[in-house]
Amino acid sequence: MGKRVGIIGVGQTHHAAKRLDASGVELIAEAVTRALDDAQLTIDDIDAIVVGNMDHFENINYVDTWAVDGLGAYMKPVFKVTTGGTTGTTVAASGYYQAASGLFDVVMAVGWEKNSESDTQAAIATCANPILERDSFAGAIGPLATEYSMYMKAYGATEEDAAIAAARARNNALNNPYAHSRQAVTVEDVMKSPMLSYPIKFLDMCPRSDGSCAVIFASEEKAKQLCPQPAWVHASVVRHDYTHFGDLEWTYMPTLERATERAYKLAGITDPIKEFDMAELYLPASTCAVKWMDSMWFCDRGGAPELVRKGTFHMDGEMPINPSGGVISTNPIGATGLLRVGEAAWQIMGKSGDRQVENVKKALCTGFGGCSWTDVMILGAEMP
Amino acid sequence: MIYMEKIAIIGVGQTKYEQGKPDTFAELIYEVTAAALEDAGITKDDLDDIVSISSDFWDGRTISSMAICDAIAGYGKDITTVEGDGTFGAVYGLARTLSGKFDVTLVAAHHKGTESNMNAITNTSFDPLVERKLGLDAVSSAALQARRYMSKYGLTQEQFALTSVKNHGNAMRNPLAMLPMDISVEDVMNSRMVADPLKVLDCSPLTDGAAAIILATEEAAKKLTDPAKCVWIKGVGHCSDAYRPGDRDLADTEALKRAANRAYEMAGISDPLSEIDVAEVYDAFSYMEPLWLEGLGICGEGTGCKSTEEGLFNFDGELPVNTSGGRLSANPVQVAGLAELAECVLQLRGEAGEHQVDGAKTALAQGINGMCGQSHCVWVLGK
Repeated sequence: MGKRVGIIGVGQTHHAAKRLDASGVELIAEAVTRALDDAQLTIDDIDAIVVGNMDHFENINYVDTWAVDGLGAYMKPVFKVTTGGTTGTTVAASGYYQAASGLFDVVMAVGWEKNSESDTQAAIATCANPILERDSFAGAIGPLATEYSMYMKAYGATEEDAAIAAARARNNALNNPYAHSRQAVTVEDVMKSPMLSYPIKFLDMCPRSDGSCAVIFASEEKAKQLCPQPAWVHASVVRHDYTHFGDLEWTYMPTLERATERAYKLAGITDPIKEFDMAELYLPASTCAVKWMDSMWFCDRGGAPELVRKGTFHMDGEMPINPSGGVISTNPIGATGLLRVGEAAWQIMGKSGDRQVENVKKALCTGFGGCSWTDVMILGAEMP
Repeated sequence: MIYMEKIAIIGVGQTKYEQGKPDTFAELIYEVTAAALEDAGITKDDLDDIVSISSDFWDGRTISSMAICDAIAGYGKDITTVEGDGTFGAVYGLARTLSGKFDVTLVAAHHKGTESNMNAITNTSFDPLVERKLGLDAVSSAALQARRYMSKYGLTQEQFALTSVKNHGNAMRNPLAMLPMDISVEDVMNSRMVADPLKVLDCSPLTDGAAAIILATEEAAKKLTDPAKCVWIKGVGHCSDAYRPGDRDLADTEALKRAANRAYEMAGISDPLSEIDVAEVYDAFSYMEPLWLEGLGICGEGTGCKSTEEGLFNFDGELPVNTSGGRLSANPVQVAGLAELAECVLQLRGEAGEHQVDGAKTALAQGINGMCGQSHCVWVLGK
């Protein structure tokens, strides 16, 4: 039947543009050690480990075997998962399913990236079909710029709407000691920042960071025994329905609609904005923090700009999004999705410090990656 | 004691293993997905979960699994990707099927060795600051391991060559194998030296191909598939040793022992040599088969070569090993472990044709990740 699973520990590095003080393996060790401390466990309590990143960023093949010292995986079961931008949430899902399977009781999921040692854009470029799409859709910014242009035209959304979301996230990051980019920013600052690819400007876009995150999943009995308030996994769903960028819909995101629809059904969510107390979403640009709100059943298509403008997703709004500062403040790519899950788990555990949202009972997490790959995880304070 | 609910492998599909296949990655995956579905007697609508096994390094493409999501029947389904050997990808498929969230999981892998640069790709598995600079790759590191194995137990190259002779001979019975060959120890010894003591015929070939297996819960298997097609998972274990070759005794198999012991404990196996009827062991190089057989507890420390000489692992021996022809006869890297599992399934169903071992009831498959078998995965399957 499978077991219920709770998150019992989270650890993350202090993320930065360049962590010259630490190698990739040392970044991993930093996150792993902090997760073990957070859960008050030692490495001997971990039954299995799963790790993920994007290969071509650091040019390390077989990362699961390379990272053994940092992971604490010596003489333990370990393998690697990888799905592009969604890698972090893919690692989380793997931790969840392995703990649910009964094969292992306590599973540690680890994501990492050391982007300062990579040519990130060049590595991402090769995800597109080499003959049909690499020239036009290579890299991270182009497709996001295209979709928001089309969304603005379809629904009257504006560049200012994205700037509101950018300023919101960047100011939230001031409360997160782990965030890479922490700066007080106004909507005007965002609008005046250099244009990268119309309509996306510098302060709208995510950075590339060095960092790692580790999240410990435990099966029902172990979670209850080891943790006073686990963050229980209520749903984990993935949809990746497109192989080519040219097949995507551009004014809404079908994979996000389908994945959240399924996850809400599994978790019994009918009115997401009311039922979720907060969300940690993989929004790689502030434009996504407008357009993609339509595709999570928060509003009808085209309704997102109004929600953004009225502050629904601000820290004092109805459903705060990304109290951590989100992806535009911190982006160690293979860890980015896992940070969403880890941050949301801390919110439920009440461990979020200055960025804590009061009384979080249910939280929504997402991951996003190549060709509209969408992961969704729903966490709750109550056992499902 | 680990309790595991019953999970079946209900379908398998493999391409023929060849060099220079003209098919794209997606075409290879489509072929084996369709074949596995047909083998199980189900349609893609019966699948609710997909695990692809894909490597950005071998494919030369970032998010390499993105390119095969349609061919693997991923549309509208839950999907994920493991990077590594097929046996490890299948472990994750098993965990997902056991989680209670999915009924039927397809696991598929593709590989085109002949479009890749094996030396450069496996060189990037080593530490960038130390071992990588020395030019170590899969072959040269394996040569170090072979030497260590020889010096630890006083073994000879001729003894390793016997495994190559045996497995290429087995390949003559398997129409999917790439290198069926009737060769002698002398032929192996006279083949070109690649990395001393490994010669061409001690090494597995670059290979193109794909394989898929379909896992199902007991309930789904009974509902969807002919019982004769169902092979049941009895035990599985995986375990990693230290990263740096210099931190390990390369002739020591502790990680494999732990992986095997876990699988045996789940399967209730106490004497693997007598209880296992057929085994697929990861023979990327000839010396690996006897070394891994020791780690698997099928023979004692340092006795793998002696038992091979005695014919214990021959097709008509006490425990036939690598009846498919093994990796020495076709080695589509990430696919290899799934090909092993597929061979075990065919053996247990009695569908292995010319390479059928009579009355096989329990089968073992073993795969590796990383260089010199750093990480091992062991499966026990039964009727």
